[in-house]
Amino acid sequence: MEHYISLATKAMFVENILLAYFLGMCSFLSISKKIDTSIGLGFAVVFVLMITAPANWAISNYFLQDGALAWAGFPDVDLSFLNFIVFIAVIAAIVQLVEMILDKFSPTLYYNLGIFLPLIAVNCSILGGSLFLVERDYTLLESTVFGFGSGMGFFLAIVSMASIRHRLRYSNVPAKLRGLGITMLLTGLLSMAFMAFSGIDL
Amino acid sequence: MAFLEKKYKQAFTDPLSANNPITLQVLGICSALAVTVKMDTAVVMTLAVVAVLSISNTLISLLRNLIPGKVRIIVQLSIIASLVIITDQILKAYLYDISKQLTVFVGLIITNCIVMGRAEAFAMQNSPGKSFLDGLGNGLGYGGILIVVSFFREILGSGTIYGYQIIPDSAYVAGYENMGLMSLSPGAFIILGLIVWVHRISADIEEE
Repeated sequence: MEHYISLATKAMFVENILLAYFLGMCSFLSISKKIDTSIGLGFAVVFVLMITAPANWAISNYFLQDGALAWAGFPDVDLSFLNFIVFIAVIAAIVQLVEMILDKFSPTLYYNLGIFLPLIAVNCSILGGSLFLVERDYTLLESTVFGFGSGMGFFLAIVSMASIRHRLRYSNVPAKLRGLGITMLLTGLLSMAFMAFSGIDL
Repeated sequence: MAFLEKKYKQAFTDPLSANNPITLQVLGICSALAVTVKMDTAVVMTLAVVAVLSISNTLISLLRNLIPGKVRIIVQLSIIASLVIITDQILKAYLYDISKQLTVFVGLIITNCIVMGRAEAFAMQNSPGKSFLDGLGNGLGYGGILIVVSFFREILGSGTIYGYQIIPDSAYVAGYENMGLMSLSPGAFIILGLIVWVHRISADIEEE
Protein backbone atom coordinates (compact mmCIF):
# COMPACT_ATOMS: atom_id res chain seq x y z
CA MET A 1 0.00 0.00 0.00
CA GLU A 2 2.72 2.45 1.03
CA HIS A 3 4.43 1.82 -2.27
CA TYR A 4 1.37 2.99 -4.17
CA ILE A 5 0.83 6.07 -2.02
CA SER A 6 4.42 7.10 -2.54
CA LEU A 7 4.12 6.46 -6.30
CA ALA A 8 1.02 8.66 -6.47
CA THR A 9 2.50 11.54 -4.46
CA LYS A 10 5.68 11.34 -6.50
CA ALA A 11 3.73 11.57 -9.76
CA MET A 12 1.65 14.39 -8.32
CA PHE A 13 4.32 16.66 -6.87
CA VAL A 14 7.99 15.80 -7.38
CA GLU A 15 7.73 14.42 -10.88
CA ASN A 16 4.73 16.52 -11.88
CA ILE A 17 4.01 15.68 -15.50
CA LEU A 18 3.59 19.36 -16.37
CA LEU A 19 6.13 21.16 -14.22
CA ALA A 20 8.94 18.60 -14.29
CA TYR A 21 8.44 16.97 -17.71
CA PHE A 22 6.82 19.88 -19.57
CA LEU A 23 4.02 17.70 -20.95
CA GLY A 24 0.69 19.33 -21.79
CA MET A 25 2.13 22.84 -21.90
CA CYS A 26 0.07 23.95 -24.90
CA SER A 27 -3.31 23.42 -23.29
CA PHE A 28 -1.92 24.57 -19.94
CA LEU A 29 -0.91 27.94 -21.41
CA SER A 30 -4.09 28.53 -23.38
CA ILE A 31 -6.68 27.24 -20.87
CA SER A 32 -5.24 28.64 -17.63
CA LYS A 33 -6.68 32.08 -18.39
CA LYS A 34 -9.91 31.17 -16.56
CA ILE A 35 -10.37 29.22 -13.34
CA ASP A 36 -13.59 27.32 -14.14
CA THR A 37 -12.39 26.11 -17.54
CA SER A 38 -9.11 24.99 -15.92
CA ILE A 39 -11.03 22.94 -13.37
CA GLY A 40 -12.99 21.33 -16.23
CA LEU A 41 -9.86 20.49 -18.22
CA GLY A 42 -8.10 19.28 -15.06
CA PHE A 43 -10.86 16.79 -14.28
CA ALA A 44 -11.00 15.63 -17.88
CA VAL A 45 -7.24 14.91 -17.83
CA VAL A 46 -7.48 12.94 -14.55
CA PHE A 47 -10.39 10.96 -15.95
CA VAL A 48 -8.83 10.14 -19.32
CA LEU A 49 -5.37 9.36 -17.90
CA MET A 50 -6.87 6.88 -15.42
CA ILE A 51 -8.55 5.01 -18.28
CA THR A 52 -5.85 5.21 -20.96
CA ALA A 53 -2.93 4.28 -18.68
CA PRO A 54 -4.18 0.75 -17.80
CA ALA A 55 -5.59 0.26 -21.32
CA ASN A 56 -2.27 1.03 -22.94
CA TRP A 57 -0.50 -1.06 -20.32
CA ALA A 58 -2.59 -4.07 -21.33
CA ILE A 59 -2.01 -3.49 -25.03
CA SER A 60 1.71 -3.08 -24.55
CA ASN A 61 2.02 -6.16 -22.32
CA TYR A 62 -0.17 -8.51 -24.32
CA PHE A 63 0.53 -7.36 -27.87
CA LEU A 64 3.47 -5.08 -28.44
CA GLN A 65 6.37 -5.88 -26.14
CA ASP A 66 9.20 -8.26 -26.98
CA GLY A 67 7.71 -11.75 -26.53
CA ALA A 68 4.30 -10.42 -25.50
CA LEU A 69 2.57 -12.38 -28.24
CA ALA A 70 3.74 -15.71 -26.76
CA TRP A 71 0.13 -16.51 -25.79
CA ALA A 72 -0.84 -16.42 -29.47
CA GLY A 73 2.05 -18.69 -30.46
CA PHE A 74 4.53 -16.02 -31.63
CA PRO A 75 7.18 -15.88 -28.88
CA ASP A 76 9.81 -14.20 -31.10
CA VAL A 77 7.76 -11.25 -32.29
CA ASP A 78 8.71 -7.78 -31.05
CA LEU A 79 6.23 -5.10 -32.11
CA SER A 80 7.40 -2.39 -29.71
CA PHE A 81 8.23 -0.07 -32.61
CA LEU A 82 4.48 0.25 -33.13
CA ASN A 83 4.07 1.76 -29.62
CA PHE A 84 3.55 5.35 -30.78
CA ILE A 85 0.94 4.80 -33.46
CA VAL A 86 -1.02 2.21 -31.46
CA PHE A 87 -1.05 4.33 -28.30
CA ILE A 88 -2.25 7.43 -30.09
CA ALA A 89 -4.98 5.43 -31.82
CA VAL A 90 -6.07 3.86 -28.53
CA ILE A 91 -6.18 7.28 -26.86
CA ALA A 92 -8.23 8.81 -29.66
CA ALA A 93 -10.64 5.86 -29.61
CA ILE A 94 -11.03 5.93 -25.82
CA VAL A 95 -11.65 9.66 -25.81
CA GLN A 96 -14.35 9.17 -28.43
CA LEU A 97 -15.92 6.33 -26.43
CA VAL A 98 -15.83 8.26 -23.16
CA GLU A 99 -17.51 11.15 -24.92
CA MET A 100 -20.31 8.92 -26.21
CA ILE A 101 -20.82 7.12 -22.90
CA LEU A 102 -20.90 10.35 -20.92
CA ASP A 103 -23.35 11.88 -23.37
CA LYS A 104 -25.69 8.94 -22.82
CA PHE A 105 -25.40 8.34 -19.07
CA SER A 106 -24.30 11.57 -17.44
CA PRO A 107 -25.35 14.66 -19.40
CA THR A 108 -24.23 17.04 -16.62
CA LEU A 109 -20.71 15.63 -16.58
CA TYR A 110 -20.73 15.61 -20.38
CA TYR A 111 -21.79 19.23 -20.38
CA ASN A 112 -18.95 20.13 -18.03
CA LEU A 113 -16.19 18.11 -19.70
CA GLY A 114 -17.63 18.04 -23.20
CA ILE A 115 -15.62 20.70 -24.97
CA PHE A 116 -12.36 19.55 -23.41
CA LEU A 117 -12.51 15.88 -24.32
CA PRO A 118 -11.60 16.26 -28.03
CA LEU A 119 -8.76 18.60 -27.05
CA ILE A 120 -7.35 15.92 -24.80
CA ALA A 121 -6.72 13.39 -27.56
CA VAL A 122 -3.73 15.42 -28.69
CA ASN A 123 -2.63 16.52 -25.23
CA CYS A 124 1.02 15.50 -24.75
CA SER A 125 0.46 14.54 -21.13
CA ILE A 126 -1.85 11.67 -22.07
CA LEU A 127 0.50 10.10 -24.63
CA GLY A 128 3.45 10.94 -22.35
CA GLY A 129 1.84 9.08 -19.44
CA SER A 130 1.44 5.95 -21.58
CA LEU A 131 5.01 6.14 -22.88
CA PHE A 132 6.41 6.62 -19.38
CA LEU A 133 4.70 3.55 -17.99
CA VAL A 134 6.22 1.39 -20.73
CA GLU A 135 9.62 3.03 -20.20
CA ARG A 136 9.49 2.35 -16.45
CA ASP A 137 8.03 -1.19 -16.56
CA TYR A 138 5.07 -0.53 -14.26
CA THR A 139 2.58 -3.24 -13.32
CA LEU A 140 -1.14 -2.86 -14.03
CA LEU A 141 -1.98 -1.42 -10.60
CA GLU A 142 1.08 0.82 -10.63
CA SER A 143 0.05 2.20 -14.05
CA THR A 144 -3.43 3.06 -12.79
CA VAL A 145 -2.03 4.78 -9.70
CA PHE A 146 0.54 6.57 -11.86
CA GLY A 147 -2.20 7.71 -14.24
CA PHE A 148 -4.25 9.05 -11.36
CA GLY A 149 -1.25 10.77 -9.73
CA SER A 150 -0.13 12.44 -12.97
CA GLY A 151 -3.66 13.59 -13.69
CA MET A 152 -4.01 15.11 -10.23
CA GLY A 153 -0.62 16.78 -10.67
CA PHE A 154 -1.83 18.37 -13.89
CA PHE A 155 -5.08 19.41 -12.19
CA LEU A 156 -3.25 21.07 -9.28
CA ALA A 157 -0.80 22.87 -11.54
CA ILE A 158 -3.38 24.24 -13.97
CA VAL A 159 -5.80 25.38 -11.25
CA SER A 160 -3.07 27.14 -9.25
CA MET A 161 -1.79 28.79 -12.43
CA ALA A 162 -5.29 29.99 -13.31
CA SER A 163 -5.67 31.47 -9.82
CA ILE A 164 -2.32 33.26 -10.09
CA ARG A 165 -3.24 34.66 -13.50
CA HIS A 166 -6.55 35.82 -12.08
CA ARG A 167 -4.71 37.86 -9.44
CA LEU A 168 -2.27 39.08 -12.07
CA ARG A 169 -4.96 41.25 -13.65
CA TYR A 170 -4.41 43.79 -10.91
CA SER A 171 -0.65 44.01 -11.29
CA ASN A 172 1.35 46.26 -13.55
CA VAL A 173 3.31 43.89 -15.79
CA PRO A 174 5.69 45.44 -18.39
CA ALA A 175 3.81 45.61 -21.71
CA LYS A 176 6.08 43.27 -23.68
CA LEU A 177 6.18 40.71 -20.87
CA ARG A 178 2.38 40.32 -20.74
CA GLY A 179 0.86 37.04 -21.83
CA LEU A 180 3.30 34.23 -22.61
CA GLY A 181 6.39 35.87 -21.05
CA ILE A 182 5.06 36.41 -17.54
CA THR A 183 3.22 33.07 -17.62
CA MET A 184 6.48 31.24 -18.34
CA LEU A 185 8.29 33.04 -15.51
CA LEU A 186 5.43 32.21 -13.13
CA THR A 187 5.44 28.59 -14.26
CA GLY A 188 9.15 28.52 -13.38
CA LEU A 189 8.39 29.71 -9.86
CA LEU A 190 5.49 27.26 -9.53
CA SER A 191 7.76 24.46 -10.68
CA MET A 192 10.32 25.44 -8.04
CA ALA A 193 7.60 25.34 -5.39
CA PHE A 194 6.54 21.83 -6.47
CA MET A 195 10.17 20.71 -6.36
CA ALA A 196 10.29 21.58 -2.68
CA PHE A 197 8.38 18.30 -2.16
CA SER A 198 11.35 16.23 -3.35
CA GLY A 199 13.07 14.33 -0.60
CA ILE A 200 9.82 13.55 1.17
CA ASP A 201 9.67 9.78 1.44
CA LEU A 202 6.41 8.12 2.38
CA MET B 1 13.77 30.98 -60.50
CA ALA B 2 10.33 30.22 -59.11
CA PHE B 3 11.88 28.87 -55.94
CA LEU B 4 13.01 32.33 -54.90
CA GLU B 5 9.74 34.11 -55.59
CA LYS B 6 8.69 36.35 -52.76
CA LYS B 7 5.79 34.29 -51.44
CA TYR B 8 7.94 31.15 -51.36
CA LYS B 9 10.64 32.98 -49.50
CA GLN B 10 8.08 34.34 -47.10
CA ALA B 11 6.74 30.88 -46.27
CA PHE B 12 10.27 29.99 -45.19
CA THR B 13 11.46 33.17 -43.46
CA ASP B 14 8.27 34.23 -41.65
CA PRO B 15 8.34 31.51 -38.99
CA LEU B 16 12.02 32.10 -38.27
CA SER B 17 11.36 35.31 -36.38
CA ALA B 18 8.30 37.42 -37.22
CA ASN B 19 5.89 34.52 -36.68
CA ASN B 20 8.02 32.18 -34.57
CA PRO B 21 6.14 29.00 -33.58
CA ILE B 22 7.24 29.08 -29.94
CA THR B 23 7.40 32.73 -28.95
CA LEU B 24 4.44 34.01 -30.99
CA GLN B 25 2.18 31.17 -32.09
CA VAL B 26 2.68 29.51 -28.67
CA LEU B 27 2.71 26.03 -30.20
CA GLY B 28 4.75 22.96 -29.42
CA ILE B 29 6.27 23.92 -26.11
CA CYS B 30 5.15 20.52 -24.78
CA SER B 31 8.08 18.32 -25.52
CA ALA B 32 10.49 21.11 -26.37
CA LEU B 33 11.91 22.10 -23.05
CA ALA B 34 12.67 18.72 -21.55
CA VAL B 35 15.50 18.10 -24.02
CA THR B 36 17.28 21.42 -23.47
CA VAL B 37 19.52 20.52 -20.52
CA LYS B 38 22.41 19.82 -22.91
CA MET B 39 23.01 21.19 -26.39
CA ASP B 40 23.64 17.86 -28.11
CA THR B 41 20.16 16.53 -27.28
CA ALA B 42 18.61 19.85 -28.34
CA VAL B 43 20.37 19.72 -31.71
CA VAL B 44 19.27 16.13 -32.37
CA MET B 45 15.71 17.00 -31.33
CA THR B 46 15.78 20.00 -33.70
CA LEU B 47 16.89 17.79 -36.58
CA ALA B 48 14.15 15.27 -35.78
CA VAL B 49 11.45 17.96 -35.66
CA VAL B 50 12.67 19.65 -38.86
CA ALA B 51 12.65 16.31 -40.69
CA VAL B 52 9.21 15.25 -39.44
CA LEU B 53 7.64 18.67 -39.96
CA SER B 54 8.91 19.30 -43.49
CA ILE B 55 8.17 15.77 -44.74
CA SER B 56 4.72 15.62 -43.13
CA ASN B 57 3.84 19.04 -44.54
CA THR B 58 4.90 17.95 -48.03
CA LEU B 59 3.04 14.62 -47.87
CA ILE B 60 -0.15 16.11 -46.46
CA SER B 61 -0.05 18.88 -49.06
CA LEU B 62 0.35 16.30 -51.85
CA LEU B 63 -2.65 14.39 -50.50
CA ARG B 64 -4.72 17.46 -49.62
CA ASN B 65 -7.25 16.99 -52.43
CA LEU B 66 -7.63 13.26 -51.71
CA ILE B 67 -8.22 13.42 -47.97
CA PRO B 68 -11.95 13.53 -47.08
CA GLY B 69 -12.68 16.46 -44.78
CA LYS B 70 -14.32 14.41 -42.05
CA VAL B 71 -11.42 12.05 -41.37
CA ARG B 72 -8.58 14.48 -42.08
CA ILE B 73 -7.34 14.59 -38.47
CA ILE B 74 -6.91 10.80 -38.37
CA VAL B 75 -5.15 10.76 -41.74
CA GLN B 76 -2.81 13.55 -40.65
CA LEU B 77 -2.14 11.85 -37.34
CA SER B 78 -1.25 8.54 -38.96
CA ILE B 79 1.10 10.19 -41.47
CA ILE B 80 2.83 12.06 -38.65
CA ALA B 81 2.99 9.00 -36.38
CA SER B 82 4.55 6.88 -39.15
CA LEU B 83 7.19 9.55 -39.80
CA VAL B 84 7.97 9.77 -36.08
CA ILE B 85 8.37 5.98 -35.87
CA ILE B 86 10.84 6.08 -38.78
CA THR B 87 12.76 8.94 -37.13
CA ASP B 88 12.86 7.07 -33.84
CA GLN B 89 14.17 3.90 -35.51
CA ILE B 90 16.86 5.88 -37.35
CA LEU B 91 17.96 7.56 -34.12
CA LYS B 92 18.07 4.20 -32.33
CA ALA B 93 20.20 2.75 -35.12
CA TYR B 94 22.73 5.55 -35.58
CA LEU B 95 22.67 7.72 -32.43
CA TYR B 96 21.83 5.19 -29.74
CA ASP B 97 23.26 7.14 -26.75
CA ILE B 98 21.38 10.33 -27.57
CA SER B 99 18.18 8.43 -28.35
CA LYS B 100 18.46 6.89 -24.85
CA GLN B 101 18.69 10.38 -23.35
CA LEU B 102 15.73 11.65 -25.38
CA THR B 103 13.64 8.70 -24.05
CA VAL B 104 9.96 9.31 -24.70
CA PHE B 105 10.34 12.79 -26.11
CA VAL B 106 10.94 11.67 -29.70
CA GLY B 107 7.60 9.86 -29.54
CA LEU B 108 5.96 12.99 -28.23
CA ILE B 109 6.68 14.81 -31.51
CA ILE B 110 3.40 13.15 -32.61
CA THR B 111 1.35 15.22 -30.19
CA ASN B 112 3.53 18.29 -30.66
CA CYS B 113 0.94 20.91 -31.53
CA ILE B 114 3.20 22.53 -34.09
CA VAL B 115 3.23 19.52 -36.46
CA MET B 116 -0.56 19.11 -36.43
CA GLY B 117 -1.01 22.88 -36.41
CA ARG B 118 1.01 23.45 -39.58
CA ALA B 119 -0.59 20.47 -41.33
CA GLU B 120 -4.05 21.79 -40.56
CA ALA B 121 -3.42 25.51 -41.04
CA PHE B 122 -0.97 25.53 -43.94
CA ALA B 123 -0.43 22.23 -45.76
CA MET B 124 -4.15 21.61 -46.34
CA GLN B 125 -4.41 24.82 -48.40
CA ASN B 126 -1.05 25.22 -50.13
CA SER B 127 1.11 23.60 -52.80
CA PRO B 128 3.68 20.94 -51.80
CA GLY B 129 6.71 23.15 -52.50
CA LYS B 130 5.40 25.98 -50.38
CA SER B 131 4.34 23.59 -47.61
CA PHE B 132 7.79 22.03 -47.57
CA LEU B 133 9.37 25.47 -47.08
CA ASP B 134 6.81 26.34 -44.42
CA GLY B 135 7.63 23.11 -42.57
CA LEU B 136 11.34 23.77 -42.89
CA GLY B 137 10.98 27.34 -41.64
CA ASN B 138 8.78 26.39 -38.70
CA GLY B 139 11.07 23.52 -37.75
CA LEU B 140 14.11 25.78 -37.81
CA GLY B 141 12.31 28.60 -35.97
CA TYR B 142 11.32 26.08 -33.31
CA GLY B 143 14.78 24.51 -33.18
CA GLY B 144 16.44 27.92 -32.97
CA ILE B 145 14.64 28.63 -29.71
CA LEU B 146 15.48 25.13 -28.41
CA ILE B 147 19.16 25.66 -29.15
CA VAL B 148 19.25 29.13 -27.55
CA VAL B 149 17.52 27.82 -24.41
CA SER B 150 19.88 24.83 -24.21
CA PHE B 151 22.92 27.10 -24.76
CA PHE B 152 22.10 29.15 -21.66
CA ARG B 153 21.05 26.13 -19.60
CA GLU B 154 24.22 24.21 -20.42
CA ILE B 155 26.70 27.04 -19.86
CA LEU B 156 25.06 28.21 -16.64
CA GLY B 157 24.13 24.76 -15.37
CA SER B 158 27.21 22.71 -16.21
CA GLY B 159 29.78 25.26 -17.46
CA THR B 160 30.12 23.51 -20.84
CA ILE B 161 29.02 24.13 -24.44
CA TYR B 162 28.24 21.09 -26.56
CA GLY B 163 30.12 19.01 -23.97
CA TYR B 164 33.32 21.08 -24.05
CA GLN B 165 34.28 22.82 -20.84
CA ILE B 166 34.12 26.61 -21.20
CA ILE B 167 34.36 27.90 -17.63
CA PRO B 168 38.07 27.43 -16.71
CA ASP B 169 39.07 25.32 -13.71
CA SER B 170 40.66 28.39 -12.11
CA ALA B 171 37.18 29.97 -11.84
CA TYR B 172 35.93 26.96 -9.88
CA VAL B 173 39.02 27.17 -7.64
CA ALA B 174 38.25 30.84 -7.05
CA GLY B 175 34.80 29.90 -5.78
CA TYR B 176 32.57 29.95 -8.92
CA GLU B 177 29.78 27.40 -8.79
CA ASN B 178 27.47 25.99 -11.46
CA MET B 179 23.85 27.05 -11.11
CA GLY B 180 22.11 23.78 -10.30
CA LEU B 181 18.72 25.39 -10.89
CA MET B 182 19.45 25.70 -14.62
CA SER B 183 19.75 21.93 -15.01
CA LEU B 184 16.35 21.45 -13.36
CA SER B 185 13.01 22.23 -14.99
CA PRO B 186 12.43 25.71 -13.46
CA GLY B 187 15.55 26.93 -15.30
CA ALA B 188 13.95 26.09 -18.64
CA PHE B 189 10.74 27.97 -17.86
CA ILE B 190 12.60 31.05 -16.65
CA ILE B 191 15.04 31.15 -19.60
CA LEU B 192 12.17 30.71 -22.07
CA GLY B 193 10.17 33.46 -20.34
CA LEU B 194 13.12 35.83 -20.65
CA ILE B 195 13.71 34.88 -24.31
CA VAL B 196 10.06 35.57 -25.10
CA TRP B 197 10.39 38.95 -23.42
CA VAL B 198 13.56 39.89 -25.34
CA HIS B 199 12.12 38.63 -28.63
CA ARG B 200 8.94 40.65 -28.19
CA ILE B 201 10.89 43.79 -27.36
CA SER B 202 13.09 43.38 -30.43
CA ALA B 203 10.14 42.52 -32.72
CA ASP B 204 7.93 45.17 -31.06
CA ILE B 205 4.95 42.88 -30.42
CA GLU B 206 2.44 43.07 -27.59
CA GLU B 207 -0.23 40.63 -26.46
CA GLU B 208 -3.82 41.81 -25.94
